[in-house]
This record gives sequence, C-alpha cells and structure tokens, in this order.
Amino acid sequence: MFGTYLYRELSNRRKQTTIIAAGMALAIALVMIVSGVAAGVRDAQASVLASIYGVGTDITVTQEPVQPVEGEQGQQQPRFQFGADEGATADGTTELSQSRLTSGAGSTTFDADALTTAAGLDNVAVATATLTLNNVSFTGEIPTRDATADQGTATGTAPGERQAAPGGPDGAGGSAFSVETFTVTGIDVAGESVGPLTSVELVDGRAFEAGDADGNVVILDSGYAATSSLSVGDALEVGGEEFEIIGTVTSTSSEATTASNTYIPLDTAQRVSGLDGQISTVYVQAASSTEIAAVQASLQGALPDASVKTQEDLASSVSGSLATASDLVGKLGTWLSVIVLAAAFLISVLLTTSGVARRTREFGTLKAIGWSNGAVVRQVAGESLVQGAIGGVIGVVVGLLGILAINLVAPVLSASAATTAAVGPGAGGGPGGGRFGDAATTATATTDIALQIPITLGIIGIAVGLAILGGLIAGAFGGWRAAKLRPAEALRSVA
Amino acid sequence: MYELTNLTKTYETKRGTVSALNNVSLSIPTGQMVAIQGPTGGGKSTLLQMLGALERPTSGSVVLSDNLLSEMPDARLADIRARTIGFVFQGFNLIPPLTAQENVETALAPLGLSRAERTRRATEALDTVGLSERLTHHPAELSGGQQQRVAIARALVKEPSVLLADEPTGNLDEQTRDEIMDLLEGLWRDQGLTLIIVTHDSAVAKRAERRLQLKHGSVSEKK
Repeated sequence: MFGTYLYRELSNRRKQTTIIAAGMALAIALVMIVSGVAAGVRDAQASVLASIYGVGTDITVTQEPVQPVEGEQGQQQPRFQFGADEGATADGTTELSQSRLTSGAGSTTFDADALTTAAGLDNVAVATATLTLNNVSFTGEIPTRDATADQGTATGTAPGERQAAPGGPDGAGGSAFSVETFTVTGIDVAGESVGPLTSVELVDGRAFEAGDADGNVVILDSGYAATSSLSVGDALEVGGEEFEIIGTVTSTSSEATTASNTYIPLDTAQRVSGLDGQISTVYVQAASSTEIAAVQASLQGALPDASVKTQEDLASSVSGSLATASDLVGKLGTWLSVIVLAAAFLISVLLTTSGVARRTREFGTLKAIGWSNGAVVRQVAGESLVQGAIGGVIGVVVGLLGILAINLVAPVLSASAATTAAVGPGAGGGPGGGRFGDAATTATATTDIALQIPITLGIIGIAVGLAILGGLIAGAFGGWRAAKLRPAEALRSVA
Repeated sequence: MYELTNLTKTYETKRGTVSALNNVSLSIPTGQMVAIQGPTGGGKSTLLQMLGALERPTSGSVVLSDNLLSEMPDARLADIRARTIGFVFQGFNLIPPLTAQENVETALAPLGLSRAERTRRATEALDTVGLSERLTHHPAELSGGQQQRVAIARALVKEPSVLLADEPTGNLDEQTRDEIMDLLEGLWRDQGLTLIIVTHDSAVAKRAERRLQLKHGSVSEKK
C-alpha cells in the first residue's frame, strides 16, 4: 500500500514533484561540479608542487636569507678572475673560460646537522637534504695583449701611442663575452623516497646509485638536455670540473618541468662549490598525514631559525591562473553551492508542507479509518525522500556530464611557484641564455597545467547524500505537520 | 455497545467558548440502527466524532464495548478505529489518485495483511456494493453514488462492529439516496452491525429503528 500510494501521489502531483526534483538536481549538479573543480585544482597545485618538491614531501625546511650586519659583507656574487697568461691564444685572440658553482644571491645555505636533527624527531618517516646551486660560466674572447703592444712599434707610431689592434673576435681588436647559467641540485643519492627526484621518471641512462656518492656524475632534465644538445655519455663542465652525464629525467606530470636543470651527488656539490657541510633544503615525510602538524611544530622547535613549511603553506605560494581558479572555486564556488543547495532544500520543504496542508482532509480520513500517526508521517516522508532521490539522480547525471564537458575542454591554467632554489627552467634566465645577474634572483617555477576533474566515488557519494538529506529534511517538516493534524479537525476542513 | 455518560464537549473560539455537547448520557446496544437528527450546529457531527474516537470529550466518558475511549492514548484509539469502527462521510473522502480498489485497501493497510489478502477482500467488498466492474476507476471517474458505495465498501471491508455515517446521502439525489440507504440497511441486517447515522433528512431517519434528536448539545429520543 505504501509503495502504491506513494507512486500514485507523486504521479498525481507531477508539477510539484518536477519543481522539487529540478531544484534538487540543479543544486546537486552544482555541488558536484564545484567539488570536482576544487579537487582538480588541488590536484593541479599538488602536481606543480610535486614537480618542485617531489612526491611524498610533507614538510620542507629552509632558511630565510638574512640581511648582513653593518660592516659585514653579504653573500658574494661569482667573480671571474683571469691571470695574465690564462686562456688559449691564437691569431691574436685570447679565449677565456671559467665556471663557478655558487648558491646565488637570494638563497641561503645552512648546516647539514639540521638534516640529522630533523631525521631524529618523532613521527618523521624520512628526511633528506639537497643543495641548490647555480653554475655560471663565463666565456670571452679578447684581443691578445702582445698584439696590441707590437702593433704600435711596427707602424711607426711612437711607443706608447695607441692604434686599432688586430686580433679579437672581430679581427679589429674588439671583445666578446657570454655568460651561461644552469641550475644544479645536489641530491643525496640514497634519498629516494622523498625529495625532488621522486616526481621524475628516467628517460635515458640510469639513476643515481650508492656508489655515485662524491663522484663527478650528473643527471640532466630532459628538456635542458634537448635544448643544450646533450645526451647520456657526454661530458658537462660543472663548477670547473668535468662531469659524466649518466642519465636524463622528465617530470611525471607531463606539463611540468623538473625542479632543476641538472642533478649531482650532494657531497660532490658541496665539494665543488666550496660549501662543505652545507645544505639549502631539508625534505621531510611525516609518519602519517595526521602527524604533519605535530612534526611541523617539532621541527620549528628544534630548528628555531629555519622556515618550516607544509604542503598547505607551500600551496599558497602557487600563483598564476591556477591560484586564481583556486580562489574562485574556494570562495565564489563554495558560496554559490551553499546558496543554491539551501534554496533547493527550502523549496522542497515549502512545497512539501504546503502539499500536506492541501491534503489535510485526506490525512484526516486516513487517520479516521485507522492509520496511525506514524503511518501517515512515513507516507509523507517517503514521498519527500523519493522526490529528493529523483532530483539527486538527475543531478548526479547532469553533474557528471558537466565534469566530462570540462575535462573535454581541459582549460589550461598557468602556475608559478616561488621556491628558494636558484633559477629554474622557464624562468627569466633559462638554460644557456641568461644574462649575468638573473641567476641570482629568487626563482619561480612556471608551468602550464590542463585542468582535469577527477570523478571519484566520494564526489558522487556526497551528491547522493545531499539529495537524501534534502528529502529527509523536507519529509521531517511535512511529517511533523501531518502528525499535528487532529482527525476531527482535519475532517472539518474544506478540501 | 456504547455507553456515554455526562459527555460534554466545548470549543474555544475567538468569540468565546462554544458548547457542542452538553452533558449527554446515552446507551446504544449492539446491532441497533440509530438515526441522530437535529438542526445544523446542534452537535450531531461532534457526537459522531466522540463515538468514533476522533475527538476527546471535555468531560464525561465514552465506553465502547468495555473500552474507555475518552482515556485511551492516540495509538490505541487508532487501532480501535482500524479494527472496530467504519466511517462513511458526507463528502465521500476518497483519495483522488487511488483507484476504487486501492481506496478500499487503505482501510486494510493498518491490519498488516498480505497484499493478496488485501486485494481479495477489497474486491469482495466492492462486489458487495455492486461495483465489481469499477475496480480500476479513479474517484473522478465515478458518479456521486458510486463514490459513496466505494466509501461504504472501504468502511465495511475490515468487518467492523460499528458503522458511523455522517450525512451519507447529503450530497446525493433522491434516487441515489434511496439506493445508498437500501444498501446500508441491507448490510446492517445481514452483518448485525451497530449502525449510527447522522442526518438532517427525515426520509433517511425514518428507516432507523431508533431516532435521537440533538439540539443545542442535548439529546432526546424522538418518537
């Protein structure tokens, strides 16, 4: 009887059922799409951060640059000095070349003891450290100094008088210089489960092995290798020393680049740069996601001068249209969903209670022929629940179609994440073409990411749950109204 | 069957207290057909609601076969209405979206019967009132007389011991009125019901074996 009566009643009041279901469907679809977009934006942000900080990193520890005390010198810029007899000379031109490996202005190194401290704290699963550096190469051609002096005597010019000298790259005594930079990250060759290299995959060659510690081996970002025409087996000068290229890697996120142009063993990086015992970042993985806050607090207490940031803190450093989308979804999208959902619930409640009012005589008759209060309330609640469920099903379908449409369009969002690393690929300097001085700025890693919304059981579950909740709320109000009806009063009412 | 003792019912309205029943004492034996007459506003429907456990008295008592209706909780009263008392209303009060058969089945829903049993009994009841060919018709597709027959079938399908009819022919023409009264009278005789009819129609009241007059909340026997 319950099912028959429910079906007949909803069929009889199609207009009311349609309005309630439509309102609920719109709200559910909107909630699904907004939740999905929020999840997609979070995934995109995580992808951007993972490309820089690696997968599995919960917390990073760095040190903020400190302004030098008056009288002290600040961080030194790379300085290139050549002796009088340095360089290769031929045809009146002297070629000079030098490369230096430095931490670069704007980034600060600190003692590697911080890694030991971090690893020893409770609830820290894994900790590893890196040293991020810039390799700056200076190359120049100048006219040979002897050629300049001899020319004055040979052409009859008085000794000491200057004349245009032969030699130099233009053959007329001119000079030419170039500066190339690329980023170098020193990696603990045993630190595989956390850190920048956890978000990359090997394209060619091999990864670091334990035996590579303190060796002159280097792994390149595949994009950098391509633009620099380098491949596995080639040699690359880093900090004035020759390194063998053993492998190339690419980011696991197809749209992102890896965190650095090149990767070398940590102790090698420390040695070649002269920064023995120094690191620039510690990557920490907590024992569980629920312990992240506690680990952060412990790290800050153990390393009071350090900057300890979680993924959540780092997410705020992501800028660009991805960050704008995140703000939009978080604020406008959420509030819009709440308002539409509240409106749908309100419409459902109002229509249900007014429907009960219209059926006063009907419910009075049912009570008169022996229906209990509970039976009448169950009938009203059941009708509301079914109306909500109809709206929920339609809403889920519309929501899924909306998500599929967004995924097909796949809007591209740009993301820039500020890091304490040196210049990364895609930033103003870039590999092989930066102006001298660009290498010293605080770096940003810029990447384009196509927004993809994940379709998860969780999002569908939330939608279904909200539809049922809406039906229950409307049913509760309607049922309460029906329960209040006194049979005699109900029968006295005019239908 | 029924014992009413000093039954009083008053209503509070904006204009003050209205006394619908005033110290009514009355006995109705089992199997009697009683007509309650009186002018509009005299308390007839209120008395019927007391007998049908639809309202509680302001004071006094209503006893139905040793059940003190005036003191029972609502759930118990609903159960008594479901098993013991049948109602027929002036406006038929059928549920519009349900068919004739489904309307009759609504009276059986509280009894916890199987679907098959409900269907069988509803079909039988409609056959008894001469509507076996109208099982799947909705109220809007039935005449006034047919709707009232469905209502009578609904009232009797649970085999009550009491049938209360509030102006059952009030919305019907003379011919249909007589048909419905023939039906009610026949069912009363065949099933030994206690039949109590509220009516302002003398032609209906004359068919009863006992007639009561209710005026200004007080009841008297009408000869």
